[in-house]
Amino acid sequence: MPILEGQDVTKYFGGLAAVSNVDFHVDQGEIVGLIGPNGAGKTTLFNLISAALPFSSGEIRFKGQKLNGLKPHQICQMGVARTFQETKIFADMPVFQNVLVGASFGTPNRLSQTDTAREASQALEFAGLSEMSAVPAKDLTLGYQKRVEVARALATKPELLLLDELMAGQNPTEVSEAMELVTKIRDTGITIFMVEHVMKAIMGICGLIIVLHHGEKIAEGTPQEIASNKKVIEIYLGKETHAGS
Amino acid sequence: MGFFLLITIFIATFPLYAKLYYVRALCTILMYIVLAVSWAMFSGPTGYMSLAPAAFLGVGIYISAVLYGQNEALLPLPVVILIGALASFILALIVGLVTLRLKGIYFAIFTFGLVVLLSELILWVELNINEISGRYPRYVSIDIILYITFGILVATLLTAYFIRRSRLGLAMQSIGGNEEAAEHMGVNTTMVKVITFAISAAFMGAIGAITAPRIVYVHAAVAFNLNYSFLPVVMAVMGGMGQFYGPVIGAIVLAFAEVRLRPFYPYYYMLTFGIILITIIFFLPAGLAGLIQRLGDRLGGLISKLRKGSEAEQHANT
Amino acid sequence: MPETALRVVVSGLLNGSIYALVAMGLSLQYGVARVLNISHGEFIMLGALTTWTLHTSFGINPLLSVAISGPILFAIGFVLYRTLFTGLKNRSPSPAVFEGNSLLVTFGLLFIIQNIALLRWSSLPRSYKFLDSVVWLAGSAFRLNRLVALAIAVVVGVAFYLFLTRSRPGKAIRAAAQDPGTAGLMGININWVLPLCFGLGAFLAGLAGVLISMVYQGSTPFMGLSYTIIALIVVVLGGLGSITGSFVGGLILGLIGSLVSSWDMSFVLIAFYAIFMILLLIRPTGIFGKK
Repeated sequence: MPILEGQDVTKYFGGLAAVSNVDFHVDQGEIVGLIGPNGAGKTTLFNLISAALPFSSGEIRFKGQKLNGLKPHQICQMGVARTFQETKIFADMPVFQNVLVGASFGTPNRLSQTDTAREASQALEFAGLSEMSAVPAKDLTLGYQKRVEVARALATKPELLLLDELMAGQNPTEVSEAMELVTKIRDTGITIFMVEHVMKAIMGICGLIIVLHHGEKIAEGTPQEIASNKKVIEIYLGKETHAGS
Repeated sequence: MGFFLLITIFIATFPLYAKLYYVRALCTILMYIVLAVSWAMFSGPTGYMSLAPAAFLGVGIYISAVLYGQNEALLPLPVVILIGALASFILALIVGLVTLRLKGIYFAIFTFGLVVLLSELILWVELNINEISGRYPRYVSIDIILYITFGILVATLLTAYFIRRSRLGLAMQSIGGNEEAAEHMGVNTTMVKVITFAISAAFMGAIGAITAPRIVYVHAAVAFNLNYSFLPVVMAVMGGMGQFYGPVIGAIVLAFAEVRLRPFYPYYYMLTFGIILITIIFFLPAGLAGLIQRLGDRLGGLISKLRKGSEAEQHANT
Repeated sequence: MPETALRVVVSGLLNGSIYALVAMGLSLQYGVARVLNISHGEFIMLGALTTWTLHTSFGINPLLSVAISGPILFAIGFVLYRTLFTGLKNRSPSPAVFEGNSLLVTFGLLFIIQNIALLRWSSLPRSYKFLDSVVWLAGSAFRLNRLVALAIAVVVGVAFYLFLTRSRPGKAIRAAAQDPGTAGLMGININWVLPLCFGLGAFLAGLAGVLISMVYQGSTPFMGLSYTIIALIVVVLGGLGSITGSFVGGLILGLIGSLVSSWDMSFVLIAFYAIFMILLLIRPTGIFGKK
């Protein structure tokens, strides 16, 4: 059962098509990977889903509801949360406050102050950040900052979580920890759609992989199918793969 | 709590013994605090530079001059003040809905020119439709002006304080932290900005309404004075935006200086003012409040060092 | 003088080309140097008042006095950027913080420059007569100084426009205005280009001030702000980051202003603001701005 599906999704920047006629679907309860060389349109697709950018044409539906024309805060309250490639934490606020924002505004129903605080604490604990709740977010290492983004997104009680390059710049141990966290999130019932360059992670935890190249979908399948797909191998030939793949 | 009581008593009794000049000065100081705090209420956490205080102040002044004029007082004074606040609130809603969906620079530019626009608009309407060029506000005793000003100040401070600690305050802080991320975490950023902007404008309108009776002849150019757009910004920046009391300190210092110095050497005063402003931006970006924080930290550090020193001594002696 | 269609057009082009010069200057300073210079109008004022002094006290021809006031204002702008704003940039943790702080610094400059002018010239309106004779053109009467000012403004404006669009340094400047970050990577020497552009902006403002003093009566130290506001509207109209857009936007606004003025002079700024509001509602990026 697809919780998220896109039809003919297209986005133009001037004359250039960043995303071109892409059909895709993400089934509920799955971890789906989105890969492709730099500039393939992966983050742009995420930006279309979360309404950070407007569509040029096409349609995206979440649980059957059209997302076109909605605003980001509405989409969040419907149950779609995301992290960002360039780590958009609230730098001057303590970690707890960062997550509190998600807990306070991410759901359509207003909770009491104590309830939201509790939700925030739970999200922090889930992501393993309880010890750092008073630290200003800007003082954390990149790895922990990305975790704060995850906790903050989790606090909005999503059904679908979009992860944008969660493992970029992480060493192999950190990648494994992140992979564990992602699996743990899926196990709570949240569907995950993740953009990633770190092959070890993609191959390791994704049930389905979608491959973009120059804005077009060129392949889709299980990790084994993708690993042996001629076209995919071609576009990655000669490209660096990250440590741990 | 006790501090607040003291201040209230001070203000309440001040007109009984102080000369008229000093009561007027106190009114000005309180007015400046309201402007600075209400400006910082919105522009502080969100980082959107509003240059509209003069516009909202002017709206309040002009409405008060119209509705509480020398020849006809259409409504009682408290109602007039509420209407002044409401008018500014509505104006801010309109301005906010048009400009706050866009990047901050458009907002800054639009609010900057708003003062001149309103001045011209009102002048045009008065000259062409009402065939007068200005209004004479009705007399109100300076004591009443002082008390009402103080009342508005208390309301402003309470509102600012509680917003800061509320859900709305958290939303604004998140907008200041990273607006796109805030929006993606469910914050309706446009609405949050517009509402807070409008609330801050309401206080400026109210204070304008109570200031009108102090002016003999209210003319568009008098009511809408761009200086009152720069002042709150400078007061809040000088005072420091990181702490709640920052704009209050900045306003007190500046109001004091202006009341004492500007009437005698206006040009030298403003010249020095500009130099000091630039100096503060360079060397005290956190403002006076930031300086006080640092001094407080250093003092606290000194005290704990002394304590540790004496503890060590005690341990050595046992 | 009786209003004719030609007078309205000439007036529109005159004001428009002055707006264009002022707006291009502001656009240079904001687009390239990333400083929204609220004190821009004060440089116009300095241009106007120094021309008055040079003419009335020393008998120097206003057109020639540009050769004196122009370079001085350029130098002031250049030095201001090199010292004040570069220093501020080095202490600012992010571009957004720099933009905010530099705006506040320009407030300070506004107070300083305006009050130095008040100390020197007081608040009395200053006027002088220059090329005051009436000229007849196609049945309409014009004062010679207006036509001369128009000619100069148009020539300088067009020359600058061509410089920006046809020459290599001009294109480099436009590139820097579009994207200040990558401009440095393209081999443009930021250390010189930024203060240069800031100084150039000050020069254009000063030149506009000279022309304004020639054509309009009553220069005072307070005249700058209304031009700053109009310049800001023009910059948004043309598109933030597009210097050539400011040129076109200035002309458009000047013509519209003249048209409105022929109906009701006090309605001009209101009309400008109405346009501004409509612009922000339907196309905030302006005519040439990137979406």
